[in-house]
This record gives sequence, structure tokens and C-alpha cells, in this order.
Amino acid sequence: MRIGVITFPGSLDDRDALRAIRIAGAEPVSLWHGEHDLQGVDALVLPGGFSYGDYLRAGAIASHAPIMSEVIDAANKGMPVLGICNGFQMLAEARLVPGAHTRNDVQHFVRRDQHLIVENNTTAWTTKFSAGEEINIPLKNADGRFIADADTIRRIEDNGQVTFRYFGVNPNGSADDIAGVSNERGNVVGLMPHPEHAVEPGFGPDTATHMRSGLDGLHFFTSVIERVLA
Amino acid sequence: MSADTVENAIATPDKEQPYAALGLKPDEYARIKEILGRRPTSGELAMYSVMWSEHCSYKSSKMYLRQFGQKVTPKMRERLMVGMGENAGVIDIGEGWAVTFKVESHNHPSYIEPFQGAATGVGGIVRDIISMGARPVAIMDQLRFGAVENADTARVVAGVVGGISFYGNCLGLPNIGGETYFDAVYQGNPLVNALAVGVLRHEDLHLANASGVGNKIVLFGARTGGDGIGGASILASDSFDSTGPTKRPAVQVGDPFAEKVLIECCLELYRGGLVEGIQDLGAAGISCATSELAANGDGGMFVELDNVLLRDPTLTSEEILMSESQERMMAVVEPGKLEAFLAVTAKWDVETSVLGEVTDTGRLVIHHNGHEIVNVDPSTVAVDGPVYERPVAYPTWIDALNADSASVLARPTDGPTLREQFLSLVASPNLADKSMITTQYDYFVMGNTALSFPDDAGMIRVDEESGLGFSVATDCNGRYCQLDPYQGAQLALAEAYRNVSVTGAVPAAVTDCLNFGSPENPEVMWQFQRAVEGLSDACQAMEIPVTGGNVSFYNQTGDVAIHPTPVVGVLGIIDDVARRIPSAWQEEGHNIYLLGVTSVELDGSAWANTIHNHLGGRPPAVDLEREVALGSLLHGAALEGLVTSAHDLSDGGLAQALAEAVSRFGVGARVYLDEILERDGVDAATALFSESTGRVIVSVDRTDDVKFVGLCEARGYPVLRIGVTDQRGAEAELDVQGLFRIPVTEIAHRSAETLPKYFG
Repeated sequence: MRIGVITFPGSLDDRDALRAIRIAGAEPVSLWHGEHDLQGVDALVLPGGFSYGDYLRAGAIASHAPIMSEVIDAANKGMPVLGICNGFQMLAEARLVPGAHTRNDVQHFVRRDQHLIVENNTTAWTTKFSAGEEINIPLKNADGRFIADADTIRRIEDNGQVTFRYFGVNPNGSADDIAGVSNERGNVVGLMPHPEHAVEPGFGPDTATHMRSGLDGLHFFTSVIERVLA
Repeated sequence: MSADTVENAIATPDKEQPYAALGLKPDEYARIKEILGRRPTSGELAMYSVMWSEHCSYKSSKMYLRQFGQKVTPKMRERLMVGMGENAGVIDIGEGWAVTFKVESHNHPSYIEPFQGAATGVGGIVRDIISMGARPVAIMDQLRFGAVENADTARVVAGVVGGISFYGNCLGLPNIGGETYFDAVYQGNPLVNALAVGVLRHEDLHLANASGVGNKIVLFGARTGGDGIGGASILASDSFDSTGPTKRPAVQVGDPFAEKVLIECCLELYRGGLVEGIQDLGAAGISCATSELAANGDGGMFVELDNVLLRDPTLTSEEILMSESQERMMAVVEPGKLEAFLAVTAKWDVETSVLGEVTDTGRLVIHHNGHEIVNVDPSTVAVDGPVYERPVAYPTWIDALNADSASVLARPTDGPTLREQFLSLVASPNLADKSMITTQYDYFVMGNTALSFPDDAGMIRVDEESGLGFSVATDCNGRYCQLDPYQGAQLALAEAYRNVSVTGAVPAAVTDCLNFGSPENPEVMWQFQRAVEGLSDACQAMEIPVTGGNVSFYNQTGDVAIHPTPVVGVLGIIDDVARRIPSAWQEEGHNIYLLGVTSVELDGSAWANTIHNHLGGRPPAVDLEREVALGSLLHGAALEGLVTSAHDLSDGGLAQALAEAVSRFGVGARVYLDEILERDGVDAATALFSESTGRVIVSVDRTDDVKFVGLCEARGYPVLRIGVTDQRGAEAELDVQGLFRIPVTEIAHRSAETLPKYFG
């Protein structure tokens, strides 16, 4: 079971995603944006960061990187793909998931331990959760406000493509409190919070009782491992 | 455009030159002529003027800074791999790992243009770290702003915090702590200091020197533009016969994306063994990099300025030499490795040009447009600058200030007033919750942050297998330093040392950023002299070396200088970050102990400031031997896992430490002061608000009580049980028995509402 993480110029959480995959029990594979080679991986992560400095629009330039043609092909054939934060922005720019992102409504970068509700636990990346489960995943972004036209919102709500919803606080003004969405098929998921930062005791988000102890991110990776091995 | 050539300088010895406008004194200009045996070319004059500036040459501070190198013990050298004088100091932390760290100022640019000033402050210090061969792994900022209620403060706060957030987050470096203070003395001179830490394997250490005749001098990174040229308006004036653009901005503009790519590119170059020497381009740009590399190496260098890639083709040679465009590095590369070097920079889309090579002439020679425009001995530019022994005068006002003690101010004895003062302190701008700022910083990135704000120190895991890591804290109480700069500097060190110790780490090295007023004011020079003496004496007493730092003078508006603000950073080593100690308790029913003794030490305190708007008297006594003993005791307790939290007592004393310990995780406490009052002979207000040093509160699981108290007694360190942690949740409260009770939610609320009220 091999999961690839693509490094773009300006990717920041790529090594963290590789670590999370290893902790979850799969083999992490580092991939380079400039090559047309997925090295036979079984699933893909587009990591967080500020690819190309978020110039033009967050994720816009990276979505045209050489490797993205292989990513789009693989995604359309059903390979599980997870876009985290900047990776979510790339997926949206590449039209692999619906919607778009704009500046946080508070107009600055926000970092917080964010509570989410798992709205759909049937995607490739969410089967280890229960529907309606409340989870705690670190959030950190400047351009995290999810937007879409009213028809799109209605459609993805009706289709069950809203995968995660912000709970308690909507940190960036996202439409319908949407934190993460999937494609229709459910193999491609994008979300703003960072599951790769909630996988290791001592380095995750604070929970209600203990410092840096949140591990809810691990289920993203164990879900996809189960899906691929099934 | 006609550049001023060496030939021309010889032919026109009497040409008027704008040395004064460039900041050089008549005798400095005369010395340059004496060194060269002729007048300098305009390019040489530009180089000397920036390299002999206070910022680059340390000409007013050098004679004092030598003490840091002189007052050393063998123990202080044990871990030291690179000491002061390089881009940043390096210490051995074991297991083949080393850590490099340094704090630097970016004060003046941050007042003029807070966003870019603060952003490029981060960028600059991070490049110093990369230059040592290290991967940057953490940043911290030490910020001092004007009074909260002054309308201009909001402009500076928003800009500075936005700039740090923008640059640091985009660079992918966890921001793990820092300081934020407000005081009217910083109104016209806010302080923006930036600290960065990097890690490297011993064999990856790189130094800034150009050795090996024939090796190539390579400039890579961002293109050179007109930004950040100090005194640009002067340069672009008629005196330089320039036809180029005028009035260039003096504040640099940062591009964190370019810097992130530069970090990864440099690390790949190091891994490939493709770099012989490396230097970042900061203050004084190419002038500094070429002269320092050459002076530290074999002494000779030839550079073709035409090969510098420009953002603006109309730049004059003087402007190219002085430009402080960000995100640039200069490397020394063996000719046989040049191709491989260029392949790596091409992979990262980093623009690169070969400027010249190392020579054995002992001269730094620079050509532009086919003319020789610079021909100097590089050490006269970079090393042998002027050194001044500035006049020093004991301040006329300080005796009266010292005589005005806070000990005579009214201290309440009744519960309701103590409660009210407790909450006033909690809500005061300097002690209030700084989440409004810190939630704009990413501490998760890289996945190794074991502790960060609001813990007393930040902590980073270095080795994922063994858990080896470091802890770092910075401190400085400018009010103490105003009362006594010698003792104030020692208190800064003692507090940073304690803040590292409470995490369970062992302090190992010091960096400092010495922020002062004008060195031309003899009373400021006295403050500086005393602070350096105090800090160097204290480092020797605690046996912990200063590995590098920075001096920032001229932090004054008109005749009014800032409080002396020698920011001290301490870095400690922890064998396994899994044994780290947080600063707040998370469990009910743990005993709370106070280590250390309390006396009436309210001079310069947060209580005197907040309640009485008073500054006077003498700062708290500092006992360095006792601080070392306390650090050792805490390390012992951490190794045995005896304490579940430990929190330093400093600004706001026991009151503030308790407020932070209960509000962090919402776990309340019942506290009794009686035994403190009895043993130390003090009143309740003193017990709560005094800022006596050498004190820490810890929480201990009851099963470890006997062992913990035994440890303290064996070490002879004063210890008193002062309470027990209580329930968590909505009902949680801080009960200072017999005096007052406050719901934890009220404490947290009062603390959290202050900053948003002014800056939200």
C-alpha cells in the first residue's frame, strides 16, 4: 500500500503528510510536481502550503503543474486523492471538486484547533468515521473561505458531497459552514483543516482534557488504506 | 552613464565626495583615503559607508562585546561549535546533531513600514540560519509597541503581526513563542526582534568564507532591485553622476515564497556537497557578502558586476553594491561542481549567475562595464572598521529614580480589593492573553512542535527516533533595565534560563539582541556598558555562552530613548521531548508547590505599573547560583517524571502564574497563602504580586509527593505546598482561601478581552 505526496514549490506540509502516512501504516512516496510520474502509488495527497506563494490565486498555478495531468487522469479513474488546505485549493482550481476559495472573512490568517462534523462517511477518506461524528483537526489558512454559487451548493448538499462541516465556529466565513467536499464519486476529497497534524500523541491539537493529544486525523489515512486494500 | 573608476579616482584626487551624507565622519573619510592611498571611487565609498555603519561594524559596541568572548569557562566551550562573529552560533546537542540560533533586530524598518519591516526581519534572520548549513525549524518574535491606547499603536501592531504572519506562515516555519509588551517609551521606536533556530548534522556545518583560488563566486535567489538601498536618496542624487531612478524605497520588500524555495534549494546543495562557503545577503547586500567572504577566506576575489541579474536594468553600480533586495545568497563553488550546482538551482527555478572567482591577490576587485570600480583590501571594509570609545556618563536622573521605591505604595489586605487588583493585572495589556496575535501564527507546520505559546518556552523535536529536542525562550523586562541596566540584563538572562528549565530542558546557549537609544548620548552609552557587563558576568556565573546576537542603537525619538531592552534568548537541550513539562496543570487533585522564597520586591513590577502607574526603586535581587540550582532541580524532576506542570513566576508574580495555570486548560485550584506569609514574613499582596526571582509553581501527582519533596529537600531548595488543583469545567474556580474566589471563566474572559478591545 503506497501513498504519494506531491511536493510543489512552496509546499509546506508535505513532509508532515509523508509522516502521517507512515504512522497510519502505509508506505509514503515523495513525488515531484515537475515530473509526469505517479510511481505506481495507490492513493495521492496534495499537501498544504503556499504553492507559488499563493500568487494569482491560491492553488491556481500549481493546478497546472506537469504532474497534474496524471493526477487528473488518475482521479477520474477512481484513485483516492486527498487535498489538504492548499491541496484543496488546487483540487478546486483543477475542477476535481466543486467550489472555490477566497480570503477568510476575518481578513487574516487563522490558526486554531477546529471542530468538524463528519457529514459523509462513505468517501474513500472517511469510512473510519461515523456519520455525524465530531472531530478535532488543526486549521491554518488565509484563503480558506469556501464559496460556490447557490445551485452548486444545493447540488453538493443534495448529493452528499459536503464531507465536513465546521462545528462551533465557522473560522473563515465558508458557505454553509463547509469545511470539506468530495467529487460525486467520493474518491477525491478536499478540506481546509489539516488531518496530518492530528496523528501523533504530543503533536496534535489540544483536546478538552489534554494538551496536543488529538489523533482524529489518523482515520483519514486508515480509511483510505482499508479502501484500497478492500 | 559614467561610473567612477579607480583610474578616474587617481586622476581626480580632489573631487568632492558626499561622504557626510552617506553617514561617514570626516576622520573616517580621511582614513579610507589613507588606506587606499587615493580617494575612494564612488563604489568604494558606498561599500565603506555601509560596512562602517553602526549597524554593520558595531563600532560603538565592539569594545564592550569583547567581554562575551573573554568571560568564559571551559564548560562554556564544551558544546560550542561556532561562537560569536559568524552568521549565527552553533552548539552541539548530541547524537550528531547541532543547533544554530540567533536573534536580530528589525526595529527601524518596522516603524516606517510595519508589515514589510517585520516580514523581512523574519526573512533576514532565517537566511542567517540557512547560511550555517542548517534547516530552519522555528521562529519567535520579541515585540515592543507603544501604549495600547495611542491610536498609532494599532497601525504598528496590525502591520507587524500581519507581516510576521504572512512571511513566517508562507515560509512554513512554526512560530513557537515570543514576547509582546506595550509601553509608551516605545511609541516612536517600536522594537521588532526576530529569532530563528535551525538544526543540522555536524558534518553539514558551513561557514562564510571564500577559500580556494579559482573557486567560483555564485549569486543566486531573487534578482537585485532598487529596494532597501540605505541612503538611496543620497546615492541617486547628483553627486554620483547617476542617471538612474531616484528616491528608491529604503525598506525592503519580502517574498517568502522565494525564500522557501531558496531554503529547499540550499539544503539540496548542501546534501550534494556542492558548496564550499556561503553567505546570505542582508544589510549592505553585495558589498557585505563579497567583502566578508573574501576577508574570511584567502583574501582575494574578482567580481564582474555586469553578471548580477537585475530587476531594474537602470541601477547604477553603487546601487547594485548597496541594494538590500531580499532572498539572495552568495556561494563559493568549486569549478568542477559548478554544473551540478546549476542543475540544483535550475530544479528549484532559482535564478543563478556566476559573478567571479576567488583569487590570491589579497584584493577585492570589482569590474562593471569594463571598468575597474573597486579595488580594496577586503578586510579594511569588513573587519578593520573604526572602533569608538564613546563618552559614558552616569545618568543624572537615576539616583532619584532608584530612591523612589514602590514598597511605600499602598498594599491592600482585604479580599475584595486583592481580587479586584488580581483581575486588573490579568487584564492589563502586558499580561493579557495574546491569542489575538498568536492565532495568526502557524505552530503546527513541520509536525515537531512539542511546546509553543503560551507555554513558558517553545520546544521542538529534532530527532523523530530518539525524541532529542531543544527548548527556547526569550525575555527582557525593560522597566527593570531602566532602573538598573546591569541587574536588568541579568534578570533577563535568569528569566529566560528559568523559562527553559521549567520545560525540563537543560540551558546550553545564549543569544541576545541589545536594543538601546543613541550611542552618542553618554547616558545611553552608560546603560549599554552596564547591561553588557551584567549579561556577560551572568553568563559566566551560569556557565552558558553567548553564541551570537545583534546590537540595535538609535532607538530614540528626539532626546527620549527607549528603556534599555537587552532581549536575551536561552536555548536548552532535552533528551526526549516526551518528557517535556507544560506550564499549566491538566489534572484535578494534584498538589501545587511553590519553589523559592518571596520578599517585598514590587519595584518595577507589573503591579506597580498597573495599579499605581509607578516606576521607581531597585529591580528584584537576582541570585544566579540559585537559578542554576533551580534549573538542575527541575531537570531532575523532569527526568523522573515527578511534575505534571511547571510555571515560572515573573511579571505579575504568583497571581499571574496562577491565573495562567488555571485558565489554560480550565482546571481550577484551591490555594492558601498562609504558609508563605508565615515563612517569608510578607503580606498577602506581596505574596501575590511580588516579582522575587528564583520561583516556580509546579503541580505534582499525589503519588509522587514524597519523592518530589525529598528531591527539593535533598537539593536544599525552599519548597512549600500552597494548594491543590481542583475541578475543571464550567464550575472551575480559583479559590485563594480566606481572601477571594474567582470563576476560571471570568479570569479567562478578562484576560482575553483586552487586546481585541484595542486592536480587534
